[in-house]
Amino acid sequence: MFDKDKIEEIRKKKEAWKQDFLESCSNYEVTNPSGRNLEPLYVPSDIDAFDYERDLGYPGEYPFTRGVYTTMHRGRLWTMRQFSGYGTARDSNRRYHFLLDRGQTGLSVAFDMPTIMGYDSDHPRSHGEVGMCGVAIDSLHDMEILFDKIPLDKVSTSMTINAPAAMLLAFYICVGEEQGVASEKLRGTIQNDILKEYIAQKSWIYPPEPSMRIITDILAFCADHVPKWNTISISGYHIREAGSTAAQELAFTLADGFAYVEAAIEAGLDVDAFAPRLSFFFNSHLDFFEEIAKYRAARRIWARAMKEKYGAKKKESLLVRFHTQTAGCTLTAQQPENNVVRTAYEAMAAAIGGTQSLHTNSLDETLALPSEKAVQIALRTQQILAHETGVTNTIDPLAGSYYVEHLTNKLEEEAEAYFEKIEDLGGVVKAIDMGFFQKEISDAAYHYQREIEKKTKIVVGVNDYVIPDEEITIDILKIDPTVEEEQSKALKKLRAERDNAAADAALQKLAEAAAGTENLMPRILECSRAYCTLGEMIGSLKEVFGMYKEPIVY
Amino acid sequence: MSTSNDLLKKFEEGNRSALSKIITLVENHESTFPEVLDRLYHKTGRAYRIGITGPPGAGKSTLVSTLVKRARADGKLVGVIAVDPSSPFTGGALLGDRIRMQDIGMDRGVFVRSMATRGSLGGLAEAAGDVADVMDAFGKDMIITETVGVGQCELDIAEACYTTVVVLVPESGDAVQAMKAGLMEIADVLAVNKSDREGAERMARQVRAVMELGGERNGWNPPVVCTIASEGEGIEDLYGHIEKHREFLNRSGGLEKHRRANVEATIRTLVETDLHSRIWTDTSLERLHTLVGDVCKGEKTPRQASRAILKIVEGR
Amino acid sequence: MDRKIRVLVAKPGLDGHDRGAKVVASAFRDAGMEVVYTGLHQTPEMIVEAAIQEDVDVVGLSILSGAHMALFPKILNLLKQEGAEDKLVIGGGIIPEDDMAELKKQGITEIFGPGTTTETIVEFVKKAMASRR
Repeated sequence: MFDKDKIEEIRKKKEAWKQDFLESCSNYEVTNPSGRNLEPLYVPSDIDAFDYERDLGYPGEYPFTRGVYTTMHRGRLWTMRQFSGYGTARDSNRRYHFLLDRGQTGLSVAFDMPTIMGYDSDHPRSHGEVGMCGVAIDSLHDMEILFDKIPLDKVSTSMTINAPAAMLLAFYICVGEEQGVASEKLRGTIQNDILKEYIAQKSWIYPPEPSMRIITDILAFCADHVPKWNTISISGYHIREAGSTAAQELAFTLADGFAYVEAAIEAGLDVDAFAPRLSFFFNSHLDFFEEIAKYRAARRIWARAMKEKYGAKKKESLLVRFHTQTAGCTLTAQQPENNVVRTAYEAMAAAIGGTQSLHTNSLDETLALPSEKAVQIALRTQQILAHETGVTNTIDPLAGSYYVEHLTNKLEEEAEAYFEKIEDLGGVVKAIDMGFFQKEISDAAYHYQREIEKKTKIVVGVNDYVIPDEEITIDILKIDPTVEEEQSKALKKLRAERDNAAADAALQKLAEAAAGTENLMPRILECSRAYCTLGEMIGSLKEVFGMYKEPIVY
Repeated sequence: MSTSNDLLKKFEEGNRSALSKIITLVENHESTFPEVLDRLYHKTGRAYRIGITGPPGAGKSTLVSTLVKRARADGKLVGVIAVDPSSPFTGGALLGDRIRMQDIGMDRGVFVRSMATRGSLGGLAEAAGDVADVMDAFGKDMIITETVGVGQCELDIAEACYTTVVVLVPESGDAVQAMKAGLMEIADVLAVNKSDREGAERMARQVRAVMELGGERNGWNPPVVCTIASEGEGIEDLYGHIEKHREFLNRSGGLEKHRRANVEATIRTLVETDLHSRIWTDTSLERLHTLVGDVCKGEKTPRQASRAILKIVEGR
Repeated sequence: MDRKIRVLVAKPGLDGHDRGAKVVASAFRDAGMEVVYTGLHQTPEMIVEAAIQEDVDVVGLSILSGAHMALFPKILNLLKQEGAEDKLVIGGGIIPEDDMAELKKQGITEIFGPGTTTETIVEFVKKAMASRR
């Protein structure tokens, strides 16, 4: 696209300019928190092979670099979807009504650790943890309360749940049934991304093989019965939170995605049958331009691979539709009000980067779960961004920026290098077994911390601009410790009042199905309707699948 | 000596906190450690000692964990010593074996202790041996010492045990490389772990070929076992071969020979260490300093200098 | 002999966030200490058992899930029962100020919140150990 001779001229002129620069400033390159070296200037010669049609194209058209939909935020704003949940289902239901009232456009459920790990609230391992960092859901009964007076045909719900995703999806489908909403109408997402659990979030239950089987069962079931449901939210957020660089987040997330695609194809599913419902979940970190480039690179890489490697024919199979959350790990406990600013910058990067859905962190989240006041500010941050800043007026506004196109290219290159490395190791599952990802991430995390301690990376309020003996004056949300007792009592009641013969029979059938090859979802639905608890269903499967043991690598 | 006496009393009563503290006392060469070891010595000699070594990443800790479970099924009381390298730069260490033995962590019949090499040349073998003695005296029937087989020291520790198990993995290169590392000479039993991985069959064949070339070791043909420690595969075989080796040693008198050799080596080391520490005193060091100058000036040879110092050391 | 400081870095409860625990464990190692990292999903019993067998000088507890008020006191009690209350117990993670004060009353010597440098933690442990010998 550029004239060769003109490019050469520009390249030479940049060299000359560089020398001028070095006369006043010895730091030509600086390193960003991802470990990337950045020059003070980018010019056409830095993207000399640029081809608009090939590299960018148009929004809603292959390779989708500029956006997955034709109209993007002009046609429909991103969904404002605040991750939320704590205490009992009743407490969370109240918070969900508050948020919907304040203009939130989709729900996102945060579950407590016992639910995430498949334990009922009265299990010894759950002691002290019930309702602490999310809502406690032990059975369909709790789910009914959670969505009380929330019409499932009008609201889409994202559920951040992985190992027990099938059960929570089943509960949701049952609540829909009770509301008279057919499963074909339900819209939402389950995170259901077990590979990143092994890599970063670490809330696994069973080993990789049976976990992949459960996922392919869900994909197949939803393709037939819950066609509007996003069956996996292939996630990079947690990988980044665990300390990875931007390139690692991009590469490891897409690698996981490819692994799911391969598993589903191997299980006999047609790629175009399930790929349209795969979705993604990225982090939005502090380096504004790098993050935007990351999202663009993700779209381009995925589209090309799905088309050329996996032979997808439908347009919908090529899209990186994604949810974004602003980076929790960048927030500080010191001078917490500053977090509003960090979140705003990160949110802007996500918006310009073309996200379909966004969660903005609350200022108090390094101290506790969000208070009402804090989450309102977080929501308003999105609303101001959407309605007052004008970033939604034009799609992919930074396209053509020499810097951003250069960054997009670089990130793509680095991701491809990682894909090769992973393939050499024998694929994602083998690489997890060897601790490859875990080591990359913990090395990056250690490096990041050293940079902060050496003060080569400044964190305002923490290692510079510090207020000594600071007093934190904001009100923090406190979880009522009686939640655990309440849930335990409710469980006792549930077990006494349900048809225990039916429940036991359903669990038995589930175990049998697990030992065989039939799809588990119908069995899980039966168990749910019989008011089997989450712990009981998980326990049934644990007997057959065993439990995962992490390979420890530093 | 009174705290030590209290500790020893609790130790004799079977208190595992006391066991732990005595291990610390012995490992750190605290002032009373020689007396403590002497006190406990008559109780040692019961435990069967197994050394497990091999390259990093071979899955040794997982293997040890499954062997321990197997031994526990026979009602044996087990001690595990897991040795990991200290950083030569910082002197610190990440002792990462225990984390892979979570299965046995809560079994009261098992005691697991992580030890760092502490950058020692010699001293480590002695310390590991002392710790094993303490566990032996405590009543353990079996003591498994796990080391990373990358240094002579670590290999020595494994060899000092009655049965030495060398663990390899398909990725650890070929069998010839392992031989270069000195692993083949000390192996009584070889395990090719993670044998579900590509190249496992090939490695097992290569190892068998190499071992056959080496011939019998004192009448014993080291067997090669394929294992998948994480799934418990091949563990019954491995355990069986260790038992067979033990029986062989008993029958052939090899056990007694081995023990005598160990005792001799220990006494020699103690004598030599003691003597060594007596050589360099302020006086002899001062003399050394002067003599270095003389030799450099060409007034003396190094051997003449050495004789001069020995005169001081021997008090002549 | 310069006695090595032995540290247990533990993750009690169901919390799966190990970024901080691993960074701190590495920092202890870089400071010349011998570190045993327990891994995730540890019960108080498992942590105390490891602390006893490894005869550590310091027990470091990392928790971000909010369950510290149930788990930390349990660990302290078990250590006491085993006669091991002389071990230095420190904590880190997401622990509100009020809870920090209460836990310190119960026997957690110090709690390090978000933003604490590894240098601070290492120096604290070194000082505490020096004053004990």
